[in-house]
Amino acid sequence: MFQLTAVTKVYSGRPALGPLTLDVPAGQTTVLIGPSGCGKSTLIRLLIGLVEPDAGTVAFNRTAVTQSTTRNVRRRTGYVIQDGGLFPHMTARENVTLMARHLGWDRARIDKRVSELAELTQFPIDGLNRYPEQISGGQRQRVGLMRALLLDPDALLLDEPLGALDPLVRAELQSELRDIFRSLGKTVVLVTHDLGEAAFFADQVVLLRDGQIVQQGSAADLWHRPADPFVTRFVQAQRGPEVPA
Amino acid sequence: MKRAKLSAVACSAMFLLLPLLPGCSAPAKKPVVIGAKKFTESVILAEMGTQLARAGGAESRGDDLGGTPALWLALTQGDIDAYPEYTGTIRRQILKGDPPDLAAALAVHGVRISKPLGFRNNYALGMRKDVAAAKGITSISHLRAHPELRCGFIHEFLDRPDGWPGVKKHYVLSHTSVQGMNHTLAYRALVEKAIDLTEVYTTDGEIAQYDLLVLNDDQNFFPAYEAVWLYRADLADRHPKVVEQLLRLEGHISEPQMQQMNCLAQGEQKKDEREVAGEFLNQSLGITNTPASTASADGSLAGRLAETTYEHLRLVVPSLLAAVLVAVPLGVIAARRPRLGNMILATTGVLQTIPSLALLLFMIPVMMFLVGKGTGPPPAIAALFLYSLLPIVRNTHSGLTGIPGTLRESAEALGLPPLAKLWRVELPLAAPMILAGVRTAAVINVGTATLGGFIGAGGYGRPILRGIDKFDIPLMLEGAIPAAVLALVIEAVFGLVERFFARRA
Repeated sequence: MFQLTAVTKVYSGRPALGPLTLDVPAGQTTVLIGPSGCGKSTLIRLLIGLVEPDAGTVAFNRTAVTQSTTRNVRRRTGYVIQDGGLFPHMTARENVTLMARHLGWDRARIDKRVSELAELTQFPIDGLNRYPEQISGGQRQRVGLMRALLLDPDALLLDEPLGALDPLVRAELQSELRDIFRSLGKTVVLVTHDLGEAAFFADQVVLLRDGQIVQQGSAADLWHRPADPFVTRFVQAQRGPEVPA
Repeated sequence: MKRAKLSAVACSAMFLLLPLLPGCSAPAKKPVVIGAKKFTESVILAEMGTQLARAGGAESRGDDLGGTPALWLALTQGDIDAYPEYTGTIRRQILKGDPPDLAAALAVHGVRISKPLGFRNNYALGMRKDVAAAKGITSISHLRAHPELRCGFIHEFLDRPDGWPGVKKHYVLSHTSVQGMNHTLAYRALVEKAIDLTEVYTTDGEIAQYDLLVLNDDQNFFPAYEAVWLYRADLADRHPKVVEQLLRLEGHISEPQMQQMNCLAQGEQKKDEREVAGEFLNQSLGITNTPASTASADGSLAGRLAETTYEHLRLVVPSLLAAVLVAVPLGVIAARRPRLGNMILATTGVLQTIPSLALLLFMIPVMMFLVGKGTGPPPAIAALFLYSLLPIVRNTHSGLTGIPGTLRESAEALGLPPLAKLWRVELPLAAPMILAGVRTAAVINVGTATLGGFIGAGGYGRPILRGIDKFDIPLMLEGAIPAAVLALVIEAVFGLVERFFARRA
């Protein structure tokens, strides 16, 4: 669905990404993982033109992502960030339906779509008229997801979507999200720095370091067939709980 | 008249922008307007003119406008129909040549001149009697031996060829301590020995009130300043009876009479000029006040307040609305294009550093050129508009640039086109900041609008300036208190609106 070819990105003279070539297959979940500053957030932004590459090309369904095509790419791609990125001056419903109102959908169509989405994300109907600051972090994330799914996009991009949540809510949302991804069959790109989360979601894991792909494959590949010592260190650093005897 | 004024107040919302457009006031029922300079004598004479015009069967009103240039401009462009002037001023300041035939020289400008009204109000120099006696000064030429004397003159006198520059040259004086000040304040300063010498008008009530010495013009510098009417030539066609009435004053006011009237209005009693003028007309010409003048809105404090409030809002509201309409887009552009933004912010910042009074006066020729009207509300509105820009531009800019990057990115990622993004997301997010800017601009605007009194724009500045001129504290407060109250009301209203937005954001 997304093809990156020899893409590089330089921030104020310092290379942040690439040269990098990557294929994001349709209908699968690709997880971008790596330590802070590895370029995974830059990479996901490149996909919908929030960041423009200094060299190389980004394509969406074989169409180059350029200034003239980004609007179309963005409408066919849902984007969710940490804590939802909700607009504080709009209610949950207004956040979700912003694009529909802009596109001039009629009331009935909007209402129908909102109920579908609320059911899908298990968001309580009475929370729709609340402002973002009046609902919990987990609920905000559901609203962010509803907003991203409103136009029934082909792809869903999530940048550390669960980073701000406590472990219980996080675990609950993880399984809900995976169910939603599976039921919708959409192309998903998810950024995280948590290997457990990556393994939970991924059909394909892409491990990045210093703007380069270190290893690409299944989570099991990373674990059992590390490409180099960095992968081993990265995998071993994600230790489980050490329960005192 | 009163009903017209009331309905005008009622419809103010609709007509707020009208003062911006010249020639929009209904010409059919245009009243006769008698102008006055901003000092008591001129106001009293203009008040007589207003009442005489009424006796001649016309609607009329007075309009105190400021200095000679503003009056002359207003007369020639038709804002006023007549005003009291002095022959010396006409020769040396208006016509600048000392032409042999005044009437012919004025006719070129479409202006006619009456015969002298009877009294002269000459320029002279005045001192405290005790100070003058101690230094042995009785004539202007004696001043040459006392260059240490501190002088305080009104600004106009400092600039006029028939004022201080001329005196200095004629008498070869070398005084260096010369400051410009308000005429009434100069008298106070003289009495309190803060200055030693000031210019006086020979009919000033203060000369008798403070028992001052008028220096002898022993080398005949000052020309005669005989009071006359200047009126538009077309007034004789439109209202022949009004001209007839105005001319009845010719040769009718003696110097002691004028001095006494000035004293009544300016001394301890602070009598209203309207009353002083009315009594004089009654006694010397047998004219009784027509009902229109006593029933005028100026009669009661409430009526005066309603009028000045209306006039003040007529300056504040259009200038503020126009500033919002221009400054918000400028702020948006400034936020979008940083380099252009720096220029916009610097330019509006510079406008803010120009002293407000200077900006106001600078707008007179500008508006004369742009809309053909250089006095009254248009230049005041233009200056207030420029003055209101900076707080709104700056706050719009910082409101927009202060939106967190994640929110801006979220809006972009949705695929909203730039205008929709601005309208639906960015401006609402910046709204509290923008509102705070509008609030600041509004409060500055209300305060600065009082300076409109200097150029005949009306509003709360009128009683303030008249009050300063007459040293009449209650009259000053009549403008100052409502101005402060209006500023507080605006603060409160914006506070409520801001709280509404803050709750949502």
